[in-house]
Formats: sequence, C-alpha cells, structure tokens
Amino acid sequence: MASNPETGGSADDGGGFSHRTLERNISLLGLFSLVAVAIGGIVEIAPLFWVDSTIEKVEGVRPYTPLELAGRNIYIREGCYTCHSQMVRPFKDEVERYGHYSLAAESMYDHPFQWGSKRTGPDLARVGGRYSDEWHIAHLKNPRDVVPESIMPPYAFLAEKPLKAGDMVAHLKAQRGVGVPYTDADVEKANADLVLQATADADATDLQARYPKAQARDFDGNPAMVSELDALIAYLQMLGTLVDFKAAEAQEQAR
Amino acid sequence: MPVTLVKSGALFAAMVVALLGMAFAADTPFAIHMGIMALAALLGALAVMAGADVTGKLKLDQGVYDDDPVRWGVIATTFWGVVGLFMGLFIASQLAWPVLNLDTEYTTFGRLRPLHTSAVIFAFGGNALIATSFYVVQRTCRARLAFPSLARFVFWGYQLFIVLAATGYVLGVTEAREYAEPEWYVDLWLTVVWVAYLAVFVATIVKRREPHIYVANWFYLSFIITVAMLHLVNNLSLPVSLVGSKSYSAFAGVQDALTQWWYGHNAVGFFLTAGFLAMMYYFVPKQAERPVYSYRLSIIHFWSLIFLYIWAGPHHLHYTSLPDWAQSLGMVFSVMLWMPSWGGMINGLMTLNGAWEKIRTDPIVRMMVLALAFYGMSTFEGPMMSIKSVNSLSHYTDWTIGHVHSGALGWNGMITFACLYYMTPRLWNRERLYSLRLINAHFWLATAGIVFYTASMWVAGITQGLMWREYGADGYLVNSFAETIAAIRPMFLLRAFGGLLYLAGALVFAWNIAMTIAGRIRQEKPMTETPYDAAADRPLPPANVPVGGVAQPAE
Repeated sequence: MASNPETGGSADDGGGFSHRTLERNISLLGLFSLVAVAIGGIVEIAPLFWVDSTIEKVEGVRPYTPLELAGRNIYIREGCYTCHSQMVRPFKDEVERYGHYSLAAESMYDHPFQWGSKRTGPDLARVGGRYSDEWHIAHLKNPRDVVPESIMPPYAFLAEKPLKAGDMVAHLKAQRGVGVPYTDADVEKANADLVLQATADADATDLQARYPKAQARDFDGNPAMVSELDALIAYLQMLGTLVDFKAAEAQEQAR
Repeated sequence: MPVTLVKSGALFAAMVVALLGMAFAADTPFAIHMGIMALAALLGALAVMAGADVTGKLKLDQGVYDDDPVRWGVIATTFWGVVGLFMGLFIASQLAWPVLNLDTEYTTFGRLRPLHTSAVIFAFGGNALIATSFYVVQRTCRARLAFPSLARFVFWGYQLFIVLAATGYVLGVTEAREYAEPEWYVDLWLTVVWVAYLAVFVATIVKRREPHIYVANWFYLSFIITVAMLHLVNNLSLPVSLVGSKSYSAFAGVQDALTQWWYGHNAVGFFLTAGFLAMMYYFVPKQAERPVYSYRLSIIHFWSLIFLYIWAGPHHLHYTSLPDWAQSLGMVFSVMLWMPSWGGMINGLMTLNGAWEKIRTDPIVRMMVLALAFYGMSTFEGPMMSIKSVNSLSHYTDWTIGHVHSGALGWNGMITFACLYYMTPRLWNRERLYSLRLINAHFWLATAGIVFYTASMWVAGITQGLMWREYGADGYLVNSFAETIAAIRPMFLLRAFGGLLYLAGALVFAWNIAMTIAGRIRQEKPMTETPYDAAADRPLPPANVPVGGVAQPAE
C-alpha cells in the first residue's frame, strides 16, 4: 500500500479517543463526516427563515401576474441568468448605473431567485420601464441592431412562437404551494388574466386591482397572437418597478 | 433464474410507466425525456436478460477485482471530457463571435452554457470520480466490489442522468440554479443512482480485508455523503404537474439564494475538491512509489477541510440582499479554508520527497505536480476573492471565470488525466501506455492553454470591473456598459485560443487512451534517454595531426 497508517505515529494508544477508531469503523466515519458537514449549513441558512430583519418590510411587492410569471419562465428557460444579474449592489457606481440597490423583499416571491452571478450583460433588476417595448422587440430580435457592441444571442424566434405557458391555474397553485400568496380569485382567473394582460385596449381594472401596477397592453407589437415575446417583455418591463423608493426610503430597516 | 425475471420484469414495468408519462405529458420536453427513459429501461431489461448468468459468474470469481465498471468509466470520462471541453470552446467562441449562436433556439449561449458546465463537472468529473472510487476502494480494501449488478446500475444510471440533463438544457428544461439545473424528475433519478452508489461504496468498505480504511476512502465517503445532502436540500421543489417538466423551487429570494450557493460552493468543495483529493491520495503515492507524506496532516486537513468548506457559500453573495452577518461568516470561513486546502497540496507535493527527479523523468508525475500546483494557486486565489473588498471588484466579472478555470482545468482536469494515464494500461493489461511522449505533448498543450485562459480572464475581469466603477473629473460614470464589452473582446479571443489549446491536449489524451485500449504501442525513443554519440566521445586530435590521420580505437 502507498501509505501505512500504522507507522504514521500519531495514533494515541494511551486510552481515550483515538482517530484509529474512526479509521476502522465505516459507520462512525460516515456519521462524523455528516455531522461535520451539516453544522455550517444549519448555522447559516436556518436563521434566514426566522430572523425577521432578513427581509425588510416594503410596500408594493406583489406576486407576479400570470403573464409576467410565464415571461419569467421563458427568462429561466433561455438561461438569461447565465449572463444577467438581478441584484444591484449598494455601491455608488451601481446605484447610478442601474438604480436603487436591490432589497431582499423584492425577490421574496421569486421561486427560484434570479440574482445571477455574472454580468456578461448588464444588471436587469431595474430594467422595467427603462426602454420602450419597441426597443425590446428590436433588441431581442437582433441585439446588435440597437447595441453594436452587444454579444447577446438573437432571440427572434420568441416573436414567432405562440405562448404555450401550460395551465396557469396549475402554475399558480404550485406557486401557492411553495408560499406565494395568490388569492383564490387570482388562481381561478389565471388563464384569462394571461391573455387579457397581453391584449391591447382590454379592460384591466380587475387585473390591476389584484395586481397593482400591472401593465396591460400588446407588448410585442403583434395584436394577432399572444407570443412568447409578449410574456418576456411583460416580465422585463415590470422588473424593479413595484417598489416606490421615494416612499420606501424611510421604511428600510437598519441591518 | 428468478432474480433475472424480477429485475427484467421491474425494468419492463418502468418502461411502461415511462411510456404512459410520455403519452400524457404536459409538455414536449417531458415527453421526449420519458421516451428516453423508456428506451433506457428497455435496453436495461434486455441487458439483464442477456447477461443473466454473467453476473452470477462474476460473483463467484473472488480472485480478481471487478473492473468492468471502471473500464467503462475510463471510456466515459474520456468521451465526456472531450464533449464538455468542446462545448466550452464553442460557447467561448460565441462570446467572441455572436453569429455562432446560429439563430436557433437550441444553440444559444444561454442554453449551451449549462450544457458545458454540467458536461465537464458532472459528466467528465463525475465519471472520473465514480470510476476511480471503484478502482481505489477495491484495491485499498483488498476486496471485490460489493453488489456487482448495483455497481453496473450506478454506471449506466449515471450516464442516463447525464443524457437527460444535457438534452434538457438544449430543450430549455432547467431549474435555473447554477450547477443544479436539471428539473425535479431528473433530480429524483440522480437520487436513486446516488443512493445505489453509496451502497456499493460503503458495502465494499464493510467487506474490506484491511483493518484500516485508507485516507482516500475518507474523502470519497465524505464526497458521496455531502453531495447527497446538498442535492436533496437544494433541489426541493414543487412540480406544476406530475407529467410536466416545470417545477418551482421550495424557497424564494434570500433563502433560495443562500441554499443555492451553499450547494454551489460545496459542489466545488466536495465534488471537485474532496473527491479529487481522494484520487490524489491514492494515485500520487502509487505513481511516485512513495508513501503519503504525513498521516497526521491527512487527518487534520481532512476534518478541517470538510468542516470549514460548508460555511463558505455566502461569499458568492457579497454585498447582495443577504444579511451582512451571513456574508461576514462566509468570508471568514473562506479565508480560514486556505489552510486545510494547502494542507492537501502540501501532503500531495511532499509525497514526492526523495523522488523529485521523477518530475523530470515521469510525465505522469509531472502532470500530477502541475495539478497540485494549480490546486494550491486556486485555493489561494479563492480565499483572496472572498474578501469583501476584493470581491466588490471581482464579482460579476470574468475574473471569477478565470478563477474557476484555473481550478477546473489545472487541478481537476490534470489530476483526472494523470489518473486515467495510470489506470488505463493496468485495466486493459497493457505493457505500457501507447505513448509517453504524447503525455508530454498533452502536458504542454494543456499548460499553455491554462495560462492563456486564466491570464486573459484576469485581465478581462479587472479591466471590466475597473471600467464599471470609473468616474470622470465631472463626477459622472465614464463608461457605458457596452463600451466595457468592446474593451474586453480581445481577451475573449485569447481565452478561446487557450481553450482550443486545452481541447487539443485532451484530443491527444483521448488518442493515447484509445490506442492503449486497442493494444498498440508507439515506437518511440524512451522519455529519459540522453542522446549519446560514441563518435564524439573522444578527445580532439592534436592540431598538427591531420583529421582522421590517426585512427582512434572506438570504445
């Protein structure tokens, strides 16, 4: 054998605990390993679920509308998180470039979170309302048409694919199952809400009563069809728009 | 044989269930995946029936190690390694030339990037870990693999996991959690395979004929147990439909982020570190023919490494909405982690004590030393980058990408290649590898590739990080985001070139392994022979004697 622990000289035979015990007992070795690796996670993660100050209380954060959720699922499907963060750090340059730094509450209904880890493209946490729908349509079709230096892939196919989001009632029920507070009315009307929000000149009063600040219009410039592009732009246009930071300023808690 | 009947019957039943899932699927990708599972179950059933008594025979022959799954693992590691590295080169090229996104939804960077990361980490690295662990545990326990058919299930089940994950990414099936992208049903399948893996590994140790459990097996065991824990907790999610591919994570926002990076960082810590240190602890002493440097150090660094690693996850979330106390804990433990990491490096390098000349004479030892050197460098760079003020510059930039690749290409890649070079001639009963000189070529291609890769990413990352925060005399930001991309494009080209070199090295490796398996031996000069010219080995004749005038007797 490559190494002979017997001659290592550290094992202590003078009574008490010896590492040799672990080296000869696979159950003990496995158990001790499990305990050693369990501690750190428990200490760091568990308190996040019950320490109140983890998520500061701010006005305005609400669950996604069915169309926004469908758009978010396209964002996830296309792996946008591999190049775009949604987490503005509290630095002067980031706040000036992207807007107010991100608050924990803003992603409290994000299953999964999409904070990202890499900015091959810019942060998107506050991209909502920053560009027009037309800009997004052109940019997603071919990014280099509007930003010559861009290295983003083209997503022209989104405009041509009708949105097949699946049964949004089931989606909202699953969301409710993991803790998102959708009302019974939200769940019931999910499929109708999805279409309504992407329709031009529809009566969105009820939708906006349940989902404040929801924007309803034909996002992709093609009234004939609710496309995947409709959903994605609806999602992008609401990112970071829910919290009114002028009103929220005083409510932020010191950590 | 009733066992065969039960097994093949169960597999046929699984096939029927998968076909039903396919028929009632809520979305196309799920239907495709159920089709793949049905096909796999059918092939499994046929294999069980065809090989019914083979397993029986294997069970009886206790005089040799059960190396079939290891041999398959060597081939799978080589195959997936080339695939994963090619995908890496391809997506690196997409960043340099966006036209390579090819205008289809299946070939965009966003879908191929998880394909690259999963292929290299889980397909290449995972197969290397399973294969070497089966090789090492048998030899250090002096016992045949327990549960031979279960071991075969582990190998093929893991390949099925890889195929499901890879096809899923291309089809857009993802949980969008980095390095844990596969959806809920693929996660469940991996859980089954992993439990089987744990059972085979532990049962083999239980039937060992050596009193001590060798240090490599401590690392393999903690890797298997911890990955199980991480995988189960991080993938908790609620499917929208039992016949659909989509699920929603059980956690949201802050909690989801920390759970994910607790997983993500320890995928590095246990999959890519503890497991690969296990490989190091067996193959470096064997190749160098020296005992492990320090038994005491291996105990200290094993326990401190596995205890400290788990805490380091929050350093991926510095300055985010994660509470400061968690960020600080993550940073402190990351810096402490430097020491046990270097404990492993020192124990590996110092194993060469008394055999340092092998770095010059043995290309496999040289490759191992390079791997350990890169392990040492990236485990210094990591703690440094986890310091919040450094992280404020490096985070979100390509510096992180460079750091990851100095570890992945330098440490994981090179130690894996070295172990496969060691195992292949032994597994196929060959006199030696097809070519030792090709190892040398591989070594230099890979080393040059890593240098191009990491150096260009350091420059790209620091350049972009500084440009983002640059203020002019007028008090405004100087650079638009688009300008920072244009500035680092030359670095993207150099990175792709580095990747090309590394892939070329891997192709040389694959050729060498394939020729060795085929039983070929390359006619070449031995690596260590210094050229000797007998004619020149004599004194010059005196000046007044014509050249060749006096014949010197040849030696």
